[in-house]
Amino acid sequence: MKRNLPLIFAFLTGFLVVISEFIPHRPFSLMISTLQNWFLIISGFAILLGQISLFQANLAKIKQKESGWYFYLAGLISFMIMLLTGLLWGTQEYKGILGHGTHLQSLVGSKPFDYLFDFAYMPLSATMFSLLAFFIASAAYRAFIIRSFESNLLMITAVIVILGRTSFGSMLTSWLPENLRFWHLPNLSDFIMEFPNSAAQRAIMISAALGIIGSSLRIILGIERSYLGGDK
Amino acid sequence: MSSNTHSQTERHIVFLVLLVAVTLPLLFPIGWKTEVSGYARMAWQLIDSTPDSSVVVFSFDYDPSTMTELQPMAEAMLYHAFSRNQKVLAMALWPQGVQMADQAYAKVIKSFPDKKYGVDFVNMGYKIAGIVTIQSMGKNMPEVFPTDERGTKYADIPMLKNVKTLKDIAYANSLSSGTPGIKEWVMAAHDAYGTPVTGGTTAVSAPGLLPYVNSQRQLNGLLGGLKAASEYENLIGQIGSATVKMDAQSVAHLLILVFIAIGNVKAFLVRKRSKA
Repeated sequence: MKRNLPLIFAFLTGFLVVISEFIPHRPFSLMISTLQNWFLIISGFAILLGQISLFQANLAKIKQKESGWYFYLAGLISFMIMLLTGLLWGTQEYKGILGHGTHLQSLVGSKPFDYLFDFAYMPLSATMFSLLAFFIASAAYRAFIIRSFESNLLMITAVIVILGRTSFGSMLTSWLPENLRFWHLPNLSDFIMEFPNSAAQRAIMISAALGIIGSSLRIILGIERSYLGGDK
Repeated sequence: MSSNTHSQTERHIVFLVLLVAVTLPLLFPIGWKTEVSGYARMAWQLIDSTPDSSVVVFSFDYDPSTMTELQPMAEAMLYHAFSRNQKVLAMALWPQGVQMADQAYAKVIKSFPDKKYGVDFVNMGYKIAGIVTIQSMGKNMPEVFPTDERGTKYADIPMLKNVKTLKDIAYANSLSSGTPGIKEWVMAAHDAYGTPVTGGTTAVSAPGLLPYVNSQRQLNGLLGGLKAASEYENLIGQIGSATVKMDAQSVAHLLILVFIAIGNVKAFLVRKRSKA
């Protein structure tokens, strides 16, 4: 019963959602609205669950002194600082347990949580993403080597698209006459993105969608049970 | 010198040259012109042709990691919407999108001091559950957003008086850097309720979304990356941060091409030497 009940719920819910797509009238439309509201509420609790899980996982690694444990400690300290500043003095218009922290606001110019978000979290987050540029440049230098016909093709395409995505690229071929505009680098780049790229992307999307339909059916029909936990 | 140390030195040289190449154009702008693509023009046309006083949705589905590319787009599109006197409902399917929306409002509102919160623009805050949130908005928006970010009840927000479902929205604009984002808006807002959808994304995500810009207009144009943001700034006649940063990005792209060429020459010489 412990396993059968969730299977029955999954079957009924999945069946209802599928049916409501084909019959968007009462009572199915009402049922699906209720289910969607439940989903919104349950998703809210998932955030809390995620935070507890993050705390426990990091704490365990620090206790066991795993390699690089000080990074987990730094993560936990940062987590606690943001949590406490938010709880104590609130964020933006919302007040916290200790009110709006007007004294602190007069010192740093905004609420402690907002100050940390604007001047610590935001720059750090943007920096992490921008570091990718350095790795891409390094990888391009070391790995983008012509070895075969396919890699040659990939290289030519990449060069056209990269040049087409720069202001310099459009300047390079801007002198071309009207009847040769197709060969203008931005146009050539757009052509590659619009046709070969879209065709390949559509193939991937359709394959993925078929895969999702297949696995969803397996879950609804109770064939796929790994989401229940355990391996039986 | 071992090959590993040699490789490390090469990496450091690449990093250093790239840093210099990105920094110099930011300090001394070159002023290269950006050509407007069809995708950017299509997005511009949607906003431009939407009637005055229409309520539109701007969904901030990204976080600060991608703000370099997406924030200039958000600001340019918001500026355009305000200049067309549209009423903007900002929301976020990503938790930090709320702050991104506030920052975009704070910057753009300087050019439109007459715009009033609640009358011309509003921030409804973050909503969890991705596509289900959009589906629910199609049925009952006051139920999805009982209050705005400041705690004002939905019914007390003047600009939302006649907005009950997604069908009352002129268009949805999703600035997204992943899931949930543009794809979810296309599936749940356009395909289910016929709400026109446009959006902007990072350059790396754009190829995956281009199939939605099709004859059915599932997506009304798409801004992909900083270049598209600068194209949009060009279309609205504003020199924003994207236009300024575009020189640096162009130089970085050219440098990557140079690195690829050097890498190939090096590989060719190594192959030649090993054959000899």
